[in-house]
Amino acid sequence: MSLTKTERAIIVSMWGKISTQADAIGTETLERLFLSHPQTKTYFPHFDLHAGSAQLRAHGSKVVAAVGDAVKSIDNIAGALARLSELHAYILRVDPVNFKLLSHCLLVTVAARFPADFTAEAHAAWDKFLSVVSSVLTEKYR
Amino acid sequence: MVHFTAEEKSTILSLWGKVNVEEAGGEALGRLLVVYPWTQRFFDSFGNLSSASAIMGNPKVKAHGKKVLTSFGEAVKNMDNLKPAFAKLSELHCDKLHVDPENFKLLGNVMVIILATHFGKEFTPDVQAAWQKLVSGVATALAHKYH
Repeated sequence: MSLTKTERAIIVSMWGKISTQADAIGTETLERLFLSHPQTKTYFPHFDLHAGSAQLRAHGSKVVAAVGDAVKSIDNIAGALARLSELHAYILRVDPVNFKLLSHCLLVTVAARFPADFTAEAHAAWDKFLSVVSSVLTEKYR
Repeated sequence: MVHFTAEEKSTILSLWGKVNVEEAGGEALGRLLVVYPWTQRFFDSFGNLSSASAIMGNPKVKAHGKKVLTSFGEAVKNMDNLKPAFAKLSELHCDKLHVDPENFKLLGNVMVIILATHFGKEFTPDVQAAWQKLVSGVATALAHKYH
């Protein structure tokens, strides 16, 4: 699966908006993930996951920053996320099903904050993009 | 069997009361067909599905979307017995329509996103969680009679 030129343009343009609220979006994404899919909390026994927690905020920022890295190197996502791919494969070993859950919660967050920009086309492009990111992150699993 | 707290029920009911079923239904089905183009396999008779704008503007998509979301309204009225409420529809989707239940999950998530675009800040993580429970319950209920 590879991104068309049009899709890349849409993704980059939406990122422009997302980046203005990156940290808040990251935090909200994780809040949504843990509330809607409580089983995902099993990966964070060492975290305080209450709303407003500093750890939640820091981790949310990390996640969205990584998405941003993928956007900035949209022609070579595998290259940009190589280190993260290894981290997920050998250390974190998050079950692949969870990438879909996180991606969905990020899309919900973006949809709620930028409804006018989150058209059907933008939705399709971002769903595909996050799917590519997820594939890269699980590429080395076995 | 999925169980809804009183709070979840009231959250769901209150939001549902503000949904324009006709409009949201068309949007939800449209987005399903745009974001997951392979789902178009069920709609060969719908005419022009060649682009996002063609799909979103397609009158058959809108009409069918309205039908689907109206039916979803039954879920909101029967949160405590989703399986019996959707038994007939489950048989229909298996025996006549031959729809892979995976598609129910896809549509459910698209619906959640539509709600997010319509309600913005009001669609808080807590509200989303209640709705994820409902769409997941409906997906399970619709798959229940498959054989």
